[in-house]
Amino acid sequence: MPAEPPIEVPSRLSEAYALLAAGPIVPIAGGTDIMVRITGELGPLPERMLDLSRLDALEGVALELGTLVLGARTTYTEIRRSALCREHLPALVGAAATVGAVQIQNRGTLGGNIATASPAGDTLPVLLATDAEIVVGSHRGERIVPAVAFFPAYRRTALAPDELILRVRIPLLTGREVRFRKVGTRRAQAISKVVMAVSWRSHGKTAGWSDVRVALGSVAATPIRAAGAEAVLEGARPTPETADAAAEALAAELRPIDDVRSTAEYRRVVSARILHRIVRDAGSW
Amino acid sequence: MSRIRFLVNGAPAEVEVPGMRRLLDVLREDLGLTGTKEGCGEGECGACSVLLDGQVVDACLVPMSQVDGRIVRTVEGLALAARERGELDALQEAFLELGAAQCGICTPGMLMAARAYLDAGGGPDHGSIREGIAGNLCRCTGYQKIVEAIATVAAGEMA
Ligand SMILES: Cc1cc2nc3c(=O)[nH]c(=O)nc-3n(C[C@H](O)[C@H](O)[C@H](O)COP(=O)(O)OP(=O)(O)OC[C@H]3O[C@@H](n4cnc5c(N)ncnc54)[C@H](O)[C@@H]3O)c2cc1C
Ligand code: FES
Ligand code: FES
Repeated sequence: MPAEPPIEVPSRLSEAYALLAAGPIVPIAGGTDIMVRITGELGPLPERMLDLSRLDALEGVALELGTLVLGARTTYTEIRRSALCREHLPALVGAAATVGAVQIQNRGTLGGNIATASPAGDTLPVLLATDAEIVVGSHRGERIVPAVAFFPAYRRTALAPDELILRVRIPLLTGREVRFRKVGTRRAQAISKVVMAVSWRSHGKTAGWSDVRVALGSVAATPIRAAGAEAVLEGARPTPETADAAAEALAAELRPIDDVRSTAEYRRVVSARILHRIVRDAGSW
Repeated sequence: MSRIRFLVNGAPAEVEVPGMRRLLDVLREDLGLTGTKEGCGEGECGACSVLLDGQVVDACLVPMSQVDGRIVRTVEGLALAARERGELDALQEAFLELGAAQCGICTPGMLMAARAYLDAGGGPDHGSIREGIAGNLCRCTGYQKIVEAIATVAAGEMA
């Protein structure tokens, strides 16, 4: 049987904060990452675990003054079923639907995806493309970290060891479109080779796009924004020339690596093609 | 160690185990319910699929601390109601009739994923069934007969 480190199961946030402050202790939400690491003996064995499953403060999806707020413990299944998510952020619903298979979607959480900080984390490009904010908390209080500043290095986060992710806040902008695409080896249970989310605001047929965000996963050590492609698209209309230029800029700025799942060249070509297709679909040509 | 109480297949169970023990190990080792299988131990194969409060989960990824006070259903419980009538669950019947089990290692998990799919209102459309069992690997059957067996039950032909 795998190792069974002791586990604390607080029902109040203040208790959880006290346990974290006394550290070292490793949180567990849905367990779909951490149980695999313990069973597979990947990395050091946690000395103690902190079960987040009784912390109601980490639950629920709500709409607060034009902002979609998702508790850290929201599962992929809950995202897929949430009327609020389906209405206001279908791209996140689309991302949730591509994660693992039903068993993983029923257990895996948004907070767990963020804290794991895998470059292939499928929700992360959506969070980057929508200017999401991650609300974290500890005995010192709460603070807000923009998603774009949350992933400083490979599998690293902006979390201090005694901090929890509490919720995610996604501002909903009028006229904003968000698109999500994932390319994996097969439809289910596949880690991404390339995952992309693109967002922009449109202001009528003749005006150019504004607030363009191009975010990708699996093409660098962390989830990233592609500044070059964004610069091409900002202020532009979705014409064939724009699509070509944006795809070219993206291919030029990406520095993916070869690994067991794919090659650098494949990732560069596919990323450019996905972006091209998204612009083409937006321009309906 | 924690004292953990929950319902398994309708009957109350109580175990005194480390909270991090996997639900899979409690079912197989502590409760002797060996119908639930261990394939990969890392969420990839679905052989350990059980229902937790009606949702299909991989029992190899669930710590017991999260099972306290909850309802677990395993393959042994699938035919519970039917067994009183000396019958099998419609899904088990269909798997038998249509040759959807070969070596049988994937079968308990496959049945539980299929049960969850049907309980959620899933229909006989093959694409949806394949999505419903995408977390369950089978190395023998090639899936076609499994999908057909589930579709048969979904269509009400064996219910
Ligand atoms: C078979 C399989 C398929 C998968 N497929 C995909 C996929 O397609 N795409 C994808 O992106 N991922 C995939 N994953 C990875 C995983 O399911 C996701 O990353 C999931 O979102 C993790 O959430 P969790 O709640 O299960 O995390 P846990 O395992 O509970 O925790 C993961 C990490 O996050 C920390 N943590 C969790 N919650 C918090 C919190 N609130 N505050 C601070 N730290 C926290 C934990 O300490 C741990 O280090 C897959 C996993 C498996 C086993
Ligand atoms: S043994 Fe649990 S998914 Fe393979
Ligand atoms: S019947 Fe052998 S693995 Fe499915």
